[in-house]
Amino acid sequence: MTAADTQAAGPPVPVPDAPEKTGKSPSTQDAAGPRPKKRRTKGELLPYLLILPAILAIAAVYVYPLAKTVIMSFQDLGRAALWGNAEAEWVGFEQFTVILGDADFWWVVVRTIVFMTVCVVLTMGLGLLIALMMLRLSTWVRLTLTVALVAAWSMPLMVAASVFRWLSDSDYGLINTLLADITGNEDKWLGHNWFLDPVQGFGIIMVLVVWGAIPFVVITLYAALTQVPKELEEAAALDGASAFGVYRFVTWPVIKPVFIMVATLSVIWDFNVFGQIWLLRGNKPEPEYETLGLYSFSKAFESTSFSQGSAIALITVLLLSGVAVYYLRQLIKTGEVE
Amino acid sequence: MSTSTPTNAPAQVLRPDRKKNRLGYNILALVTAVIMAFPVYWLVVSSLRPNHEIRSYDQTLWPSSLTFDNFARAVKQDNFATAIQSSLIVSVTAVVGGMIIATLAALAIGRFRFFGRKALMMVMILVQMLPPTAMLIPIYLQLNALGGIDEYWGLIVVYLVSTLPFATIMIRGFVINIPVELEESAMVDGCTRMGAFRRVIFPLLAPGLAAASIFSLVNAWNEYLFAYILINDNSKYTLNVWLMTFTTERGTDYGALMAASTLISIPVVIFFMIIQGKMATGLTSGAVKG
Repeated sequence: MTAADTQAAGPPVPVPDAPEKTGKSPSTQDAAGPRPKKRRTKGELLPYLLILPAILAIAAVYVYPLAKTVIMSFQDLGRAALWGNAEAEWVGFEQFTVILGDADFWWVVVRTIVFMTVCVVLTMGLGLLIALMMLRLSTWVRLTLTVALVAAWSMPLMVAASVFRWLSDSDYGLINTLLADITGNEDKWLGHNWFLDPVQGFGIIMVLVVWGAIPFVVITLYAALTQVPKELEEAAALDGASAFGVYRFVTWPVIKPVFIMVATLSVIWDFNVFGQIWLLRGNKPEPEYETLGLYSFSKAFESTSFSQGSAIALITVLLLSGVAVYYLRQLIKTGEVE
Repeated sequence: MSTSTPTNAPAQVLRPDRKKNRLGYNILALVTAVIMAFPVYWLVVSSLRPNHEIRSYDQTLWPSSLTFDNFARAVKQDNFATAIQSSLIVSVTAVVGGMIIATLAALAIGRFRFFGRKALMMVMILVQMLPPTAMLIPIYLQLNALGGIDEYWGLIVVYLVSTLPFATIMIRGFVINIPVELEESAMVDGCTRMGAFRRVIFPLLAPGLAAASIFSLVNAWNEYLFAYILINDNSKYTLNVWLMTFTTERGTDYGALMAASTLISIPVVIFFMIIQGKMATGLTSGAVKG
């Protein structure tokens, strides 16, 4: 659900759909053919009855709020309208022009995109390297690494954020102590506040995000790598292909769909990072730590301008929609949606 | 090794080289494992450390002695019991409700060809990509209008739906792998449609349901943002929101925070141990069969 919560979440499971095509159509025809008409209409209604609860639930929690976000972003919704004391006023594109004309907003957008890009590149790069490494390990080492990955993966986001806050604490944090010991420069590191400078602060947040995302990426990519036919790799190597050549022409084509799917999900999750920043900044992120999600949140709930918050959320959705369409096309290509 | 025909020669040349490489990779992998597991180690070790070591300007990698004081302070913190209760009520209800709805939808998508089926699947995949912060404001306003703030049901609905698309798609993978003939022969033998489902389909769906439900449970158990915004009543905080009560104006009680965090992680770790096996069977049976 949230960027980070979904770290435990996987992508939709790719499943081939052959059996329903071959097995289904003839049998429904058999069943429907000789039977009276009444039975057939019942059969046609049944699937709709079955999906009704799901449709209602999704409409209530996704479709309706999204429509409402669009509506609210064209209104001016403040406290009074929220409590029902006044009608919300229609203001057209005013919220958007105000936001888009605000230099702060553009800084938030740039910050979000830079942060997301660095996190995704690091996550996918390190994830791929670790997954490739896993193919070349002794069994017990691979097992040890898997256990470590699963241990990191199973740590709840909020708990992981608490640990990282403690590790980077200016007075009692291990990072400062270790740096002081290693460099011998106690004055510089003891009591060093990592969050005074947002670049350093985001460095810590990035380590937390990448660390939290790597297990999912590695385990998924490793699963994909095991599908690469060994004979093909060996044949290519015997034919004189370099290690990189084998990877480029044999391994990569097999894992590419999975890689793109995981990368796309990472883009979405890292674009919407919330909890990690929120908790590392002790519930009160400073303006220079705001990404789009936090910016929308603070506009809505701290400045109680729900319409501005909604407009920002909508702009975020639009910025991500390109990625969403790309992702969907990939899924259609691999046959997930038939 | 003993046979040294000319064709074997290149392989022999390669072998020691490969072994050396493997040693290098093994060392690198162990270093990676230590880095990945370190925060987990630090969490557990810190929760067992005496307080004077926690509030020390000179942190050490090993504790000098172990104590359960931090756990005692964590458990005594206000609202610990109610936070467990809240998390349990919300998570379990969301998972059970979600599984029922997802199974129904998965049966429809996997068993019937009907108008709008493709569109439904696309919607399910797309809604998962919407940023939660975009949903947060309207959901908050709507629940506020319906009187759902500070009520469990608001949170339950949000959690239920947020895992519904994934659960549906996952369970569908299992549905389409169950031959229709099984169901039909049960009905020929005198079962009703419901009877056929309960006796034949349901047992075959069980692993898929287990994997999907554990996934949903972890999601609900770990969620923070909605719980923070939709629940303001201290006595209804979920565990993740409750964690914030260790941070006060005067500073953070890290020892108790680490102990509380350890306690919260334990159920997740247990679920994860189960999910690992189930997920693997779930994923492979979905991907290999058919």
